[in-house]
Amino acid sequence: VLPADAAIYKTLWHSYTTKTPQKLKILDAFMAFLVVVGVLQFVYCVLVGNYPFNAFLAGFASTVGQFVLTASLRIQANPANKATFESVSPNRAFADFAFASVILHFFVVNFLG
Amino acid sequence: MAEAVLSKQTSRDARGLLKVVILALIAGAAIASRLFSVIRFESVIHEFDPWFNFRASKYLVKNGFYDFINWFDERSWYPLGRVAGGTLYPGLMITSGLIHNALKAINYPVDIRNICVLLAPGFSGLTALATYWFTKEMKDESAGLLAAAFIGIAPGYISRSVAGSYDNEAIAIFLLMFTFFLWIKALKVGSAFWGGLAALFYYYMVAAWGGYVFITNMIPLHVFVLILMGRFSNRIYVAYSSWYALGTLMSMQIPFVGFQPIRTSEHMAALGIFGLVQIVAFVEFVRGQVPSKQFQVLLRSFVVVMFVGGLAALVGLTLSGTIAPWTGRFYSLWDTGYAKVHIPIIASVSEHQPTAWPSYFFDLGMLIWLFPAGVYMCFRELRDEHVFVIVYAVMASYFSGVMVRLMLTLTPCVCVSAAMAASTLLDSFLDVTTSPSVSAEAATTAAVESNSGKPAAEKSTSAIETQASKMIKGMSNKRSEKPVGIYSKANRLVVVSSFLMYFILFVYHCTWVTSNAYSSPSVVLASRMPDGSQHIIDDYREAYYWLRKNTPEDARIMSWWDYGYQIAGMADRTTLVDNNTWNNTHIATVGKAMSSREEVSYPILKKHDVDYVLVIFGGLLGYSGDDINKFLWMVRIAEGIWPDEVKERDFFTARGEYRIDDEATPTMKNSLMYKMSYYNYDKLFPQGQAMDRVRGSRLPAEGPVLNTLEEAFTSENWIVRIYKVKDLDNVGRDHASAMQFEQGKKKRRRSGGNKGVVRKLRV
Repeated sequence: VLPADAAIYKTLWHSYTTKTPQKLKILDAFMAFLVVVGVLQFVYCVLVGNYPFNAFLAGFASTVGQFVLTASLRIQANPANKATFESVSPNRAFADFAFASVILHFFVVNFLG
Repeated sequence: MAEAVLSKQTSRDARGLLKVVILALIAGAAIASRLFSVIRFESVIHEFDPWFNFRASKYLVKNGFYDFINWFDERSWYPLGRVAGGTLYPGLMITSGLIHNALKAINYPVDIRNICVLLAPGFSGLTALATYWFTKEMKDESAGLLAAAFIGIAPGYISRSVAGSYDNEAIAIFLLMFTFFLWIKALKVGSAFWGGLAALFYYYMVAAWGGYVFITNMIPLHVFVLILMGRFSNRIYVAYSSWYALGTLMSMQIPFVGFQPIRTSEHMAALGIFGLVQIVAFVEFVRGQVPSKQFQVLLRSFVVVMFVGGLAALVGLTLSGTIAPWTGRFYSLWDTGYAKVHIPIIASVSEHQPTAWPSYFFDLGMLIWLFPAGVYMCFRELRDEHVFVIVYAVMASYFSGVMVRLMLTLTPCVCVSAAMAASTLLDSFLDVTTSPSVSAEAATTAAVESNSGKPAAEKSTSAIETQASKMIKGMSNKRSEKPVGIYSKANRLVVVSSFLMYFILFVYHCTWVTSNAYSSPSVVLASRMPDGSQHIIDDYREAYYWLRKNTPEDARIMSWWDYGYQIAGMADRTTLVDNNTWNNTHIATVGKAMSSREEVSYPILKKHDVDYVLVIFGGLLGYSGDDINKFLWMVRIAEGIWPDEVKERDFFTARGEYRIDDEATPTMKNSLMYKMSYYNYDKLFPQGQAMDRVRGSRLPAEGPVLNTLEEAFTSENWIVRIYKVKDLDNVGRDHASAMQFEQGKKKRRRSGGNKGVVRKLRV
């Protein structure tokens, strides 16, 4: 579906590396790490089987949940999106992130059984 | 002047105080209007399902939380038992358990029964509050107060939440509205905090009611419609992702739900939209980075292809069986003829029938005609949250048309829409500040207005015009610079007073409906004596207490499943089947035993260790909800499993009539249910004149003969009849020949005993 033209990806990469602030890049690195962990868990589940299914789900849901929460934080903290989030300052966004992550991990640990 | 009090001089504090007072009064009205049955009769649990919830709550309070979660109930579904802790929604019991313990902690001990009885009225006050917040997000505070007042007394909601109706819906509607409020808040603010809170209350909702599936599908549908409308924003991403990721994980912690959120079709919409939101957000992000036009078009098509691919994957997984298809209960909402053909047990419940139109007017009063107007107003403004109300209105209207009991989920939406419509109207007609005749300073502004517009005298004549222009305020504001507003007092007075009258009539209607239709406990039947005094028919409890006091602790009672929870709750005896219809075959076994000849039934009863059989008979009193009228459902359910042995056709006469008199078919006359219902009934009447007052027909002159059962108890009005299953014959004969032998030897002697007193039949 996507074009095979490598130039577009080059401009994409260039625009990303130059325009993105340092803090957002750190968040992106964390998100990439979460993707890797999630994929690893999934591959392991496919290869070995899903016997303690709740354990697999807890682990996988923690990576997915943490990924979307980090993505939310990244969106909210991005200066480019300031107009969309009038009432959410970056500090408030981080507090939201912390609150949601704590709940998420409480339930992950509970679900691990 | 009244206007001066309400004008801008009024401080915000006074408005705040007024708001609190109004909300407190609404909560008071909501609670008070639900207490009819407690005041008229007594503080007792109604209906059937609440008896199990009550029993489970007692278990929770007595044995603690961990025992409750691991509760194996060996006193229901006799040979099988029921893993109660894992097959119930524990939210209701835990809520009342917490309230019980909290009251105990402040040295105000209240019996758990009273907490259970009064839980629904208490939560209805909270529902009014949640509806206020929800509507406040939609329009403004005044609409919120109206919506709170509407839902406080709307009969559509009261019908499921009167005092004593200790059912899941008692707390579920509050949780539904509060979750929706938090979702709207999350969407508007775009905050993971509100999304997380919405997930937490969604979790509570999952713990409380199986209707949580409605939320699981409403929120994704809302998001999907917003995406299709081209309104995707990062706020949607934040709100939906945080709600779904947290809420799904949380919902899986409820044992009864388990892995369903990832394995069943009901939950796949939420998962699919979650995936779609991720893709759309990613594509939006990439689109912002690259200016190339062609690439952006390609990205759009990428979203469409991914969406179609994802949909195909879901369909494929469903077809291959990895994802369970729709369960019968939900599927029958789409294919409305499905349950009647395939799952008679679903179709046999009276709440699962389609709704007739009068019940909309009955349950919602004037709100039902304000409802479309409110939805129309949502269309006019069409902010993101208004789309939610529109989607909710469409879906809930459809579901309430398919099934009577889903009127309950429609009611909040109707209240919100109607409040928006009514409040828009009142806004226009109570808008005192623009009136030219209010005060001196207003008059000067009016003078400026009349310079540009018409003279004052003309205004009153063109009242209708002005009115119309006010109604389409938004449009006319743009079109012309003419001042808009309703300046004639007569206009205002007429419209506002007529609406005031409607509101007052609405209160009267709601109170009347609540008082007359929805406040009668089914455990006690009330009737009127000729002089107008009330006469209580208390046969159910009479019989259940007989069972409780006069049978062994471990006696097994067989009855139709409707009475299973009540027997377990009031008689405290083991039952074979109950209202939790999880095992259709077991219910069909009971149906077969009830609908077969004694020779066939007796081995079934013996194999299941049945000691007593209980039937409900309304023939003497004209109580139509008895077992003979339910008998055909027993036959149908049994026929579903044993089509060769039980045939519905055999219970009808040659002309296709369902009769119990002389012309009844032999199969009908020989069925255990018929015999148990009419056993000795003819002795009450002069020879050959026994009448059944429900069916309105004369019974055969010869009463039925029971060989394998003996009458153990018949209640005062013959509503509940309990039979004891005879033991095997001492010398190995079958019961029929043993009876005949004894009858031939000595004349059958009836022990005299008044009705209502325990009767032992010597044979």
